Amino acid sequence: MSKQIRQLERVVIRFAGDSGDGMQLTGDRFTSETAQLGNDISTLPNFPAEIRAPAGTLPGVSSFQVHFADYDILTPGDAPNVLVAMNPAALKANLVDLPRGADIIVNTDEFTKRNLAKVGYASNPLDDDTLAGYAVHPVALTSMTIGALADLDVSKKDAERAKNMFALGLLSWMYSRPYESTLRFLERKFAKRPELVAANVAAFKAGWNFGETTEDFAVRYEVKPAKMPPGTYRNITGNAALSLGIVAAGVRSGLPVFLGAYPITPASDILHELSKHKRFGVTTMQAEDEIAAIGAALGASYGGALGVTTTSGPGVALKGETISLAVALELPLVIVDVQRAGPSTGMPTKTEQADLNMALFGRHGEAPVAVIAPKSPSDCFYAALEAARIALTYRTPVILLSDNYVANGSEPWLLPEVDSLPDLRVEFATAPNSEDGTTFLPYLRDPQTLARPWAVPGTPGLEHRIGGLEKADKTGDISYDPANHDYMVRTRAARIETIPVPDVEVEDPDGDARVLVLGWGSTYGPIGAACRALRQRGLSIAQAHLRHLAPMPANLGTVLRSYDRVVIPEMNLGQLAHVIRARYLVDAIGYNQVRGLPFTATELETTLEEVLKNV
Amino acid sequence: MSEPVALKLTAKDFKSDQEVRWCPGCGDYAILAAVQQFMPELNIPRENIVFVSGIGCSSRFPYYMNTYGMHSIHGRAPAIATGLSVSRPDLSVWVVTGDGDALSIGGNHLIHALRRNVNLKILLFNNRIYGLTKGQYSPTSEVGKITKSTPVGSADAPFNPLSLALGAEATFVGRTIDSDRKHLQSVLRAAAEHSGSAFVEIYQNCNIFNDGAFEQLKEPGTRDDHLIRLEHGQPITFGKDGQFCVVHPPGGFGLEVRDTASTPAEEIVVHDATVDDPAYAFALSRLPGFDLRNTPIGVFRSVHRPSYDSVVQGQVAEAQASVTDTPEQQLAGLLGSGDTWTIVG
Repeated sequence: MSKQIRQLERVVIRFAGDSGDGMQLTGDRFTSETAQLGNDISTLPNFPAEIRAPAGTLPGVSSFQVHFADYDILTPGDAPNVLVAMNPAALKANLVDLPRGADIIVNTDEFTKRNLAKVGYASNPLDDDTLAGYAVHPVALTSMTIGALADLDVSKKDAERAKNMFALGLLSWMYSRPYESTLRFLERKFAKRPELVAANVAAFKAGWNFGETTEDFAVRYEVKPAKMPPGTYRNITGNAALSLGIVAAGVRSGLPVFLGAYPITPASDILHELSKHKRFGVTTMQAEDEIAAIGAALGASYGGALGVTTTSGPGVALKGETISLAVALELPLVIVDVQRAGPSTGMPTKTEQADLNMALFGRHGEAPVAVIAPKSPSDCFYAALEAARIALTYRTPVILLSDNYVANGSEPWLLPEVDSLPDLRVEFATAPNSEDGTTFLPYLRDPQTLARPWAVPGTPGLEHRIGGLEKADKTGDISYDPANHDYMVRTRAARIETIPVPDVEVEDPDGDARVLVLGWGSTYGPIGAACRALRQRGLSIAQAHLRHLAPMPANLGTVLRSYDRVVIPEMNLGQLAHVIRARYLVDAIGYNQVRGLPFTATELETTLEEVLKNV
Repeated sequence: MSEPVALKLTAKDFKSDQEVRWCPGCGDYAILAAVQQFMPELNIPRENIVFVSGIGCSSRFPYYMNTYGMHSIHGRAPAIATGLSVSRPDLSVWVVTGDGDALSIGGNHLIHALRRNVNLKILLFNNRIYGLTKGQYSPTSEVGKITKSTPVGSADAPFNPLSLALGAEATFVGRTIDSDRKHLQSVLRAAAEHSGSAFVEIYQNCNIFNDGAFEQLKEPGTRDDHLIRLEHGQPITFGKDGQFCVVHPPGGFGLEVRDTASTPAEEIVVHDATVDDPAYAFALSRLPGFDLRNTPIGVFRSVHRPSYDSVVQGQVAEAQASVTDTPEQQLAGLLGSGDTWTIVG
């Protein structure tokens, strides 16, 4: 039976199920197949902090959204066109995001009285009018999977667990995805248990064949490859890109990398990834706590390594004292904060941008550091290199503010040529630097960068002592001199403030915009998508995005003052807006939400349209 | 293997140009002098020696040593030194800390450095008081200690630093006294020779806030009856005339002090610092009470276990052993790993 094939420009699919249903893996595989096809992609995983919340409950729902298109896209999509609901909880938790008319594929086997009761469905939503207006596809996913594997030598439990591959097979068929990479993946994943390779492959094929034969799915869809710049691509999450950026910084600086880290969601994956790259001279240490993690990293920097520590907000709070020490010691150090919803434990698997104040100001004394934030998953690679560049060149701690949205989201990444990456080589001090050439002055600065010499232990003749006590200019001796302290505080501030960073670029294709949207970090995608939508409707709007939060680009004040209105959307209660108003005396308007989820392009479009109307 | 070249350094070479600023009469002066005099013995170039400290009176130590040094933040020296030592196995890394620094605010880092067996020499100056903050009780002060912060006596039980270190399964544990330079240097020597963490408690007198805390161990009239000088391979006897000895009573868990005269010689414990089970050294550490009677000094425990540094560096070396590509080639390979696709222009 040949089926009708319909062309689509873009599709948003959300896979949702119980935490144990393997939805992240299913979404990941679908994304990889989609990448192979050459669509542009953006993904959004959404999962609870609990590893296995009670099965079938609302808190246990885990989902993975993938947006793919035949043009370049900026976000994982506001609302799914297709929801795969593996149980009633997944349906109930996600229905609210689904526009009428969307396709819903449900695993009917899980819609038992007991499971319905668990999530408060008085009657079966598949039978009443709850889903009126949706295109519902009831599929007995579990029993068909078990049936398909009846002849294989696997336990019922293992057979049942393969149902996510049935779902993946069905969706892969629906959207005409190439599945070879998934088959290869299954062979790798279950290499030690060939019976599971067979089971999962059989489940996948059963799902695919089910799509082809059942009359419930009359249409098959195609999304043509996107026009993207030529080159080799891979799909990458922010945490993976950030890890590779750190490895690349080690290679390009010629320094060993030392990572000190303590496990914390959502940053742990960076520790996992970097622990695999020892052949690059990367040493990873899972420390006893957050403080030891940064302490060890700083100790390694003192010894001439590129010291890095990775964490999330609560960890940065604990590291504060050591960051101040690194400010005083003027040693390179990269602190990665993969932000999550706070305060306190907050919502560890949800995103937020509320650590900006802490990054900029959250230390005792005058302790300025450089702060940069990546704007997308693949930008995490370049942000890590940039953080390392600043740290090494200016001998300063640098805070890299990622967040859960870019860390776990993914997008295609055009692989760079290694030779095109910045040259991060540094020179260690090797000889006395006093005017008469007899003594070593550890705090004699380079007049250009204001950086002090990096004299690592093992260098003969440069033995010296450094510490947290205030140091005399040049000699580094302990000093309580009032004028010296004032000078050193101002110099440390100037050292950060004068780091040259690229000008902020303004995107204003119409050239006549009166309203500027200023964002930072992971809001780049949704803001860009909203601006695009407004422009397509004939409205003019300018977009600028801050990657460097400290120091800020030199042209920022001029840019801000050339618009009638400046709008700053942030996933916090206005932290950047506060700084902008204070620094530039610009009456910026905040648009703020802290729901633990990224902005949708639609809500930003609506908000910005309101602003445009009132200028 | 050729003999290392003798560097011919002297104590003077290890004195920095900084004026020493401890209170006159402080026990730290004696320790500093002993360490400076001992250092040339190591025959390690000064540039390869690093002293890392935390906060407190003792932690000013690195400023006075003409080596590399870092005066860091309260309690964190073991963590910072761990990162340095792991990434620079060519260095000789020493941590100088105090009872408050190591056992209160930095307790976590201390025990983890010890259980990892990081190649650090940790010198804990124990004066049983907070000196730099002007006289509060410390985690090694006796119960009921009257200080500025405990006007009617402290309520918390103290740590026994050696018991704690042994609980963390430190591979080298020793104790010595600030005023006994010869003994102090003998323990430093053993610590320096040890590969892995070496933990040395040094009883140190704070003459301002806790003067005379260890007087019984120093007074010629009392010290011999109080001090147990441990020597590997020797029966443990002490007292002016060797009138006391240490035995392991049958059925008991620990060690006890007996009269030598009434104890059969074969029952006297022969000190063995290489016993793998830390329980023996732990029992030794429990002998003294707070009156300092029966205080063992010397090397309690010295056993071999691979250092954390060597294991970590070994993993890196092994991963690099088979690499033939340049780092740039390797990086290009890594960036392009996983599922990739190519778009042709």
